Amino acid sequence: MDVVNALAQGLLLGGLYALFACGLSVVFGVMRIVNLAHGDLAIVAAFCAFVTLSATSLPLWLVAVVTVPVFSVVGYLTQRLLLQRSLQSGPLATLLVTFGLSVVIQNLLLELFSADTRTLDAGSFATSALEVGDVSLSYVGITGLVLAVGSIVAIQLFLSRTSSGRIMRATSDDPQTAALVGADARRVYGIASAIAFATVAMAGIVMAIRSSFDPSLGPAQLLFAFEAVVIGGLGSLWGTLLGGLALGVVQSLVAVADPSSSVLAGHLLFLLVLAFRPQGLVPARAS
Amino acid sequence: MSAVLQVHDLDVHHGQLRAVSGLDLELDAGGKVAVIGANGAGKTTLLRCLAGALPASSGRVLLDGEDVTELPAHRRVRRGVALVPEGRRLFPSLTVEENLLTGRNAGRSGSWDLAAVYELFDWMPERRRQPSGSLSGGQQQAVAIGRALMTNPRVLMLDELSLGLAPVVVRRIYETLPRIVAEGCAVLLVEQDVSQAMAVADHVHCLLEGRTTLAGPPSQLDRAAVEAAYFGLAEA
Repeated sequence: MDVVNALAQGLLLGGLYALFACGLSVVFGVMRIVNLAHGDLAIVAAFCAFVTLSATSLPLWLVAVVTVPVFSVVGYLTQRLLLQRSLQSGPLATLLVTFGLSVVIQNLLLELFSADTRTLDAGSFATSALEVGDVSLSYVGITGLVLAVGSIVAIQLFLSRTSSGRIMRATSDDPQTAALVGADARRVYGIASAIAFATVAMAGIVMAIRSSFDPSLGPAQLLFAFEAVVIGGLGSLWGTLLGGLALGVVQSLVAVADPSSSVLAGHLLFLLVLAFRPQGLVPARAS
Repeated sequence: MSAVLQVHDLDVHHGQLRAVSGLDLELDAGGKVAVIGANGAGKTTLLRCLAGALPASSGRVLLDGEDVTELPAHRRVRRGVALVPEGRRLFPSLTVEENLLTGRNAGRSGSWDLAAVYELFDWMPERRRQPSGSLSGGQQQAVAIGRALMTNPRVLMLDELSLGLAPVVVRRIYETLPRIVAEGCAVLLVEQDVSQAMAVADHVHCLLEGRTTLAGPPSQLDRAAVEAAYFGLAEA
């Protein structure tokens, strides 16, 4: 029974990892860059929700519903105004800019909010759970998993069914030729960033309800997200979902035997995949 | 006839190298101009510059009398300049039909839509759901042309259609040109196969090391002069 429970908890945790990772996966798929500030952005979203919640009497769900679209606008602007410039000078420049952004965000948050750990108070929602037999599934965990699956399905539908999604795939294949049919790469990259920021904001808020957070947590979130993307297979969103779930399940199962080795086990899974199946569990569309 | 595309004294650099220098060219509505020249003569550079994919170092490019020299590629195609790039460059992760539909992104209306392209290339509807990479070279070339036509261009530029294709396939593709021109767009094509170019175009432009060495209607150019201009032999 312990194992069944651990499996269930692992899937819920993995859902959250996948939610963290899908934005990273989209940005990598479209622009071939890794945003090293991705994890810190989640923490920023958590603090934004925290501040709004303390300053107003709005319910948490409403704060979350507002934060996410605001973040997607911030994502679009960050791409257009900050990252686009660095993209033109090559992938290393972008990596350095996002690394700098990560350092700035962490220190700014530390300056503003100190190193205290906080949590988003969601009242009874945070503590209640769905009982299935002996397994209890927390509503927060379920929300994370549902948001992850929902986001990935929505992004896939956007990419495959809409004309903006089509031009995004075309730009990912070959930006120069996409420009010849009228695609403005800067705009396409802006939209990809908007999607990434929206999903990472959701992940940050869910994480902040689920457990406590402080300004230094970003890099660890980035690491799990990055591992989920690589385990799943670079450039495949379904792979990212699977990668996140695999990471969560392995961490959770190992924790049954030895809680202190749980995070290490996740890293080992990542290393094993890199060593023996570098294309990931779900390789990107063969073309 | 009025000129759709006018090029005045155009210089284009490819890194340090001046790939096109002092080029003048005019293209009338419904006209078919072929640019010929040996490898490295600057033909592809010229087309890429006219499409906005490469910046001009100096000179002017006018479309319907308006200066478009500074417009980047994605805005120039919205004004009606389409390029079928060398090597076809289809989007590999898109199906045939999705490749065609990307042309709609230019936001131009006109007679070219999916139905019109499918009528021009009648084999295409059956394969529209296939990944573009699964097609033969000739079919891919047709899709690349269809994709450019979907932007409803005023000027259609074709870069080395015949590259890597069997002669019979090339002939079939060139047979569609009159129908494309009949829809009112002008064609500027780059071709290494001189006899093919002379047969198709109503005006030929020979480039050598980025400069025009010979220009005129094919009927008025004799074989020896073209050869001399093509290879840079002493003036005949």
